[in-house]
Amino acid sequence: MARGSIPILRVGDNLLVTVQTDLHDAVAEAFQEDLLAAIEKTGAAGLLIDVTGLDIVDSYVARVLADTAKMARLMGTDTVIVGIRPEVAATLVRMGYTMSGVRTALNVDDGLAMLPARR
Amino acid sequence: MSDQVLSRDDLPVTTEGDVVTVRRRAQAVAQARGLGTFAVAAVTTAASELARNTLTHGRGGDASVEAVARDGRQGVRLTFRDQGPGIADLSRALAGGFSTARSLGLGLSGSRRLVDEFDIDTTPGKGTVVTVIKWARF
Repeated sequence: MARGSIPILRVGDNLLVTVQTDLHDAVAEAFQEDLLAAIEKTGAAGLLIDVTGLDIVDSYVARVLADTAKMARLMGTDTVIVGIRPEVAATLVRMGYTMSGVRTALNVDDGLAMLPARR
Repeated sequence: MSDQVLSRDDLPVTTEGDVVTVRRRAQAVAQARGLGTFAVAAVTTAASELARNTLTHGRGGDASVEAVARDGRQGVRLTFRDQGPGIADLSRALAGGFSTARSLGLGLSGSRRLVDEFDIDTTPGKGTVVTVIKWARF
């Protein structure tokens, strides 16, 4: 995937990004750069990362997602990861990777409800 | 092992793209063997972790993805080989956790928990061979 090709949508005061490709190597770094730049530009209150399209999340990708949430937090933006599939949840827990400290929701609607609107 | 080998793909593991190729092949074979959704995800994730270990810790190598059968059971067997530095402290690496040698700990220990059979042969200075099997449920 080329730089800047991950669609970032504005939903109210929040940003919604839908991940459908493997977040490996250079793609992961571009993903983080693009997201953090969008947060700076828009002053988004919250960030939703939708991973419904990922049938596999290995420890590397899980770490990229968790790190991205931490980076956004440092900038003052809360992140909710939504749409972790049943088999992905089962696999991560069996591996011992529970993504503690990362907020999650079942779907985009639930995730949006967890994010406060910017005053 | 007296497992019947129904198909075998030998794949290089020398680039990031190779990791994805091995993972996709493991996923396709697991699905074709009739493994359930959770089992497919488990073995595909193990393939990703182990291929990444081969690439980063083993300095590259190769992998085999095989469709196997034993006593009527269908399964997937994955073998990863490298001629890298080997693993000096295997028990520590297998204990896993995030405090051990970066991703190697989680990659090995996590993969072990995701499969039905796990075998590792490592010699410091010579390399490492990891073989795992995931079976379909009866």
